[in-house]
Amino acid sequence: MPEWLSNVLWIALKIGFILLPLILAVAYTTYAERKIIGYMQLRVGPNRVGPKGWLQPIADVIKLMMKEIVLPRGASKTLFILGPILFMGPSFAAWAVIPFDAGLVLADINAGLIFLLAMTSIGVYGIIIAGWASNSKYAFLGAMRSASQVISYEIAMGFALVGVLMCANSMNLGDIVLKQSGSMLSWFFIPLFPLLVIFWISGVAETNRAPFDLPEGESEIVAGFHVEYAGMGFALFFLAEYANMILISVLTALMFLGGWLSPFQGIPYLEAGTQWIPGTFWLLLKASLSLFGLLWLRATFPRFRYDQIMRLGWKVFIPVTIVWIVLLTFWIKLQWWPFN
Amino acid sequence: MEITFQQLIFYGFAMLLLSSALMVILVKNSVKAVLFLILCFVATSGLWLMLQAEFLAIALVLVYVGAVMVLFLFVVMMLDINFSAARSGFTRVLPLALVVAVGFVIILSQISQHPSFALEAAAASESESVSNVRQLGRLLYTDYFYPFEIAAVILLVAMVAAISLTFRGKRNRKSQNIDKQVRVTKSERLKIIKIDKSKSQQVEES
Amino acid sequence: MGQRLKQFFDTFMLTELIQGLRVTGRHLWKKKITVFYPEEKTPQSPRFRGLHALRRYPNGEERCIGCKLCEAVCPALAITIEAGPREDDGTRRTTRYEIDLFKCIYCGFCEESCPVDSIVETRVFDYHFEKRGDQIMTKAKLLAIGDKLEDEIAADRATDAKYR
Repeated sequence: MPEWLSNVLWIALKIGFILLPLILAVAYTTYAERKIIGYMQLRVGPNRVGPKGWLQPIADVIKLMMKEIVLPRGASKTLFILGPILFMGPSFAAWAVIPFDAGLVLADINAGLIFLLAMTSIGVYGIIIAGWASNSKYAFLGAMRSASQVISYEIAMGFALVGVLMCANSMNLGDIVLKQSGSMLSWFFIPLFPLLVIFWISGVAETNRAPFDLPEGESEIVAGFHVEYAGMGFALFFLAEYANMILISVLTALMFLGGWLSPFQGIPYLEAGTQWIPGTFWLLLKASLSLFGLLWLRATFPRFRYDQIMRLGWKVFIPVTIVWIVLLTFWIKLQWWPFN
Repeated sequence: MEITFQQLIFYGFAMLLLSSALMVILVKNSVKAVLFLILCFVATSGLWLMLQAEFLAIALVLVYVGAVMVLFLFVVMMLDINFSAARSGFTRVLPLALVVAVGFVIILSQISQHPSFALEAAAASESESVSNVRQLGRLLYTDYFYPFEIAAVILLVAMVAAISLTFRGKRNRKSQNIDKQVRVTKSERLKIIKIDKSKSQQVEES
Repeated sequence: MGQRLKQFFDTFMLTELIQGLRVTGRHLWKKKITVFYPEEKTPQSPRFRGLHALRRYPNGEERCIGCKLCEAVCPALAITIEAGPREDDGTRRTTRYEIDLFKCIYCGFCEESCPVDSIVETRVFDYHFEKRGDQIMTKAKLLAIGDKLEDEIAADRATDAKYR
């Protein structure tokens, strides 16, 4: 076997090791979402398929796969099929640069942060193409809303990441996490707290999740950009949306909450006692906390009005991030705690 | 001739780039033309990645594909273009177009002779262990500081100019003041009236 | 000024958002009120308006006399009646009595208008159709439902009689 072939196979295997758990995680995030939101609304959520409803996601997947794929009349066939694929591709590709533990990363590239931003921003093409190719006014409106929303919040998100860059002096995600080692107090959420909040909320807006789910807005534009999709096409949109949610949660954990670092670092006895727990566990724990927050947010707040979304993005988030970056510059240059 | 794996990828991206660039001008639907242009950018960034210019490649995807072309697509989708009218003057402008095309090819071939585009220069920078993000940053903020800042100012001026061109004076229509809406408190909107149950028939509207 | 300052801080400390999150957070732990439907059912009133039925007198004679009052009062135009003298004894009976359940809004006006308590709405609310056309309840189907549920229908009418 030639060397390049074995290389390609090895990389494909590693991709499989990331994507299969991811897809499983997506399936059970839908379950968690329905359960948690149900509990917050004094309901019990799905509980019929399997014990306590544990097999519900599997049943959903089977149902969606069996369904007919409907091609609307007047739709552009290639683009209609390409839409969900283009939406899903970037949201999976972004996982290539995520470090799950020290050195446990598929592509250890130096421009990791920029790569992530690029991937989250080209995901919007799937939405636009799907909305346009559906040949439906509702879908088109959803696509337009999504495009403008994603572009607006990407700026705030990018600025929030600039703060992380300034603290870490690197765009490599592994280096960013290692820079936070020491103790819980050296994680970036302390000097970057406003940026953490803005990054997280922008992440909700980027993934088109409630309360920023204007592109779907079922009460006004039915289901927005995926109104014409059924069966697997719809499933792909769903898959990508939840993969994006998990991605945002993992990124929050990596960049602000110390990634795979143990929260007991630097505490005399606890650190030695919890040494045996792998870093991936801490990363996933932090990510699930953030994911729970996303679901909590959805259960709590009503949908924004469109002009309010734009106002929040352009007139609140971007100025706040810029102000904080300027403050941060002085903070770092003056070498106060924790930058000494 | 043996083709290495890397060459295979290179020719793949190159073919993709050329064919999608061709499709941009050949395809009838303007939205599809924009989409082919995006494919063009993606192929270019693939080629740059092969040159180990990962920062540039990803920045191309981020800025052009992720932001500029989305806005482009946005506008093109909203337009209702009459294709037959757009194609009517084809034979009339063909000579001029040919002159421009030939001139462009000549300029390009001249530029690519310049030493800074030579492969040796690329090889030299490759050997350094410093990541090319750092290298690029150092160059931009030292040797090319003035051009960089001037370019930024020109962009700012263009932005301000665009805003001032579309600015049509003070808005003279009713619009919502969101700050005011957000600032509203319960005491401004809600009045709790105690109703005397014995005379509940004659509650005054107050 | 103080008010503005308070609002400014409330905005940036996300006070109101956190208040909202606390409400839903509290509810996460509260007792759930879900009724597990096929096993548990909520109580029904004797006036419950569900699937329709045509009743008979105790001697087996159908009550309906084909007066078409229910057809006239039906706000959704769901009832279609054709009536004429019956072959064997010449009494006025319906030859066709159909309710389109897709049109029906279960208002109960037909039951109220019926002078002989023939058309009634039963407590049955969970039923389904398996093919197109099944939603048209014909006279035979309605009578069959009435025969099957006569005990329950009669008991409900008796309970409710004193309020009418």
